[in-house]
Parts: sequence; C-alpha cells; structure tokens
Amino acid sequence: LAKTLDRRPPAEASAAGGLRKAILLVEKVSKESIWDCRMCGQCILHSTGLSCPMRCPKNLRNGPCGGVMVDGSCEVVPEMRCVWVEAWEGSRKLPLWRDHMQHINKPVDWRLQETSSWENLATGRDRYAPEGWTRYEEDETSS
Amino acid sequence: MTEPAARSGLHELLLDGQFVVTAELQTTDGGDPESVKAAATPLSGKVDAVNCTDNSAAHPHISQIAAAKLLIDLGIEPIVQFACRDRNRIALQADLLGVSALGARNIVCMTGDDVSAGDHPETKPIYDLDSIHLLRMARILRDQATYLSGRALTSPPDYLVGAVENPFAPPVDYRPIRLQKKVEAGAEFIQTQICFNVDRMREFMKRAVDLGVTERAWILGGVYIPRSARALNYLRDEVPGIDVPQDVVHRVASAGRERAEEAGIQLALDICREIREMPGISGLHLMSIRGDRAIVRVVEELGLVPRPERASIVG
Repeated sequence: LAKTLDRRPPAEASAAGGLRKAILLVEKVSKESIWDCRMCGQCILHSTGLSCPMRCPKNLRNGPCGGVMVDGSCEVVPEMRCVWVEAWEGSRKLPLWRDHMQHINKPVDWRLQETSSWENLATGRDRYAPEGWTRYEEDETSS
Repeated sequence: MTEPAARSGLHELLLDGQFVVTAELQTTDGGDPESVKAAATPLSGKVDAVNCTDNSAAHPHISQIAAAKLLIDLGIEPIVQFACRDRNRIALQADLLGVSALGARNIVCMTGDDVSAGDHPETKPIYDLDSIHLLRMARILRDQATYLSGRALTSPPDYLVGAVENPFAPPVDYRPIRLQKKVEAGAEFIQTQICFNVDRMREFMKRAVDLGVTERAWILGGVYIPRSARALNYLRDEVPGIDVPQDVVHRVASAGRERAEEAGIQLALDICREIREMPGISGLHLMSIRGDRAIVRVVEELGLVPRPERASIVG
C-alpha cells in the first residue's frame, strides 16, 4: 500500500491516483461528519480527547488560549464551546492517550492541508518537523 | 535553575531570590518618541522591567520593538511581548533576532487576542504557530544558535524567555498542566492574567507547586488597578478570559464616584498582599489603563521601592 502512495511532498506529488483519491474521500466524509475534521493532514485527534484542534479559530495545537469565556465558550465564536474545553473533558473519558494532553505537539505543516492524514501516516510524511525543532527535541531527550 | 549567568537585570534579581515587580507600558499611538517616553518615565526606578505590548487587544499601536528601544534609551529595562496573531514563523524569528540586537533581554510569548476583539476585525489572522511553538522556537534560536529550519545563525540572540498563563479561564483543571507545558517548551518566567479571584489563584499556585513548575520557572502574579467600577465592568464584559467576581465590582462601585480611584488602589493592594504570600510566587506584574501614578502608588504602599540595584543593566 505504502508503495502505491506518494512519499514526496504534496507540491511535487503526481496527480492523485484512484486509490489515493478514494482514501482521501473516505477520510474526509467520515471524519468531517463525526468530528467536524478540517483535514489538516496531520491528525492528532487521539491526543486531544477526540476534539479536532483545527476547529479552534486560532489553530492552537497545544491547549486553550487565555480568552476562553467563564462559561467555557470560545471568545471568537461565542456560540461554540471552546475546542480545548472539549478536548480536556474528552481526554479524561478516554481509556488511552490521556497523558497526551501534556505532550508538546509540533508546529503545523501547512503544506498538508486538504491531504489525507491516513496516507500521510502510512508514508511517514506527517512525521516531518523543521530540522531545528527535531534537533532541539533530540538534545533534550539525550541531556 | 541550571544557568546561573544573568541574561537581564530582571533575571539577575530572580536568580538572587528577590521579589520582583514588573508593569505594563500604556500603549501609544503616535509616530514620535515622546508619547512612549512620557508613558514610561514615571515607572523608571519604581519597577524592575516594563512590558512593551504587541498590538494588545488586537488594536494596532506603536511597534513593541520600537517601544522597547525607546525604553532602553531611557534606562528602563523592557520585556518585549510577542503574539502569534500577526506574524508567521519567518517574521517572528526576524524580530526575535532584532530585539536582541537592540539590547532587549526579556521576551514574553503568547497567542494574542483574536482579531475579532480589535478595530480591524476584517483582517486576516495568522496563527501559524501557537504560543508553545513560539516559546520553543525562541529557545531554539538562543540555545541552538539556529533558525527553526536548522540553518545556523552567526550569533545567537540573548534573552530571558517568558510566557503568560490564565489561571481563571476554563478548563481550570487543565491550566496548571498547560503552565507545565509552557515551561517544558522553554518558558523561564510566567506573567499570569489579571487576578481578581484570589481563591482560584491560590488553587492554581498550589497545583503549580505540586507539579514542580515553580522549581523551574518564576511566576509573577498579574494585578490590575481599576480606576472605576466601569473599568471593571468593561474588563468583565469586553475582555475575554478575565474573571471579575461580582463582589469585586461591588466593592469599587459602593465607594462612590469620587472615592472609586482610591477604592481601586485599595483593592489592588489587598490582592497584591494575598498573592505575595502564596508559595511559589516570585513577583507581581501590575497593569492599569492610563494609570502610571496608580502603579507607582501601589509599589510604594507595598514597600517595594526603592528597587534593588542590579549589576547588569539594559543595553
């Protein structure tokens, strides 16, 4: 399967083949309907209590901003509950990955927008982080 | 704390175990240096460092980097704020190098109020990075002497890295963990959101101490000095994430219009005294709108002036 998938960055990738199109469609339809997924192509839903962080108007990947209203609603879209209030509550209910709320999630690779996170997981493309970021993490774990 | 060498005057005092005081500079909207100087001068010698805000409340004001340089020229140590709202990772890195080159030695990283809170709600918000990414990136530049991309710098920037946290906004149980994440990402000091809810602050600090965060970062409690009950209502209703209990509004409102300013100062003094006693607190961060005199008064009444001498002064 991974061989069929394209390992190159999206910009260089060849025109989507039938299988890739199908994967993208299945992911998009299912995740959009269940989680209001925004197809960032680098899914961390399991780390965020199954609350998609890209629904946050500030695209925060590491927890809520300081502007959450006292009643738990979003400062930008008051009719919406804060994505991170839902993430915190959701993560407490999960049997697994609860400690992921303490993890630092890397910066978004905006090139992956509207691509399939399943494909990117299979190809390893979603593991990309800027070299300086990776080196800092390596130094931290070794020290 | 693993690094004993002081990067800034503020850092020197914190390393020395002194109780520090910082204040927020009134934002200004002029193209000349005088308005910044006029806002900053009353704070000279009364606080240890002054925050230059980054287009606070999503309203454009004079550049926080230009303001920081003007403060340095006056002999006042700046803390330069960086928000994620207006700049992508390329622009942020350029400015992080820039502030260091101009002699600013403290930065503080934050998400930033949303554009919908400002007077240009139609603009394009950026939010390329979040505040934790920004903190880590500032440390990569400084400690690794490279850009985020890994490309080498000819010399690293030199600054103490700060962050903010709001103990009062939901999900409150997660806030101490988020604080811990920020320290993990690279924050060396924290300035909290404005505290009116002392019990909530105490609970937050207790959790921070239990998590060991106060062993790794200095925490400064944020205190606002209101000038009227109207100012408190404004904070409660118009500024997202500020918890203003009704009894606090009542306390200032019941003083009457003429005595409101004094009631506001007394309120702030009481909050400052309570925060000062909390385990894990290293200082205060004072804010007031057009209230340099109020800030000076609070610092004086708390017996915190004169401020201790520092060997390493800005610039």
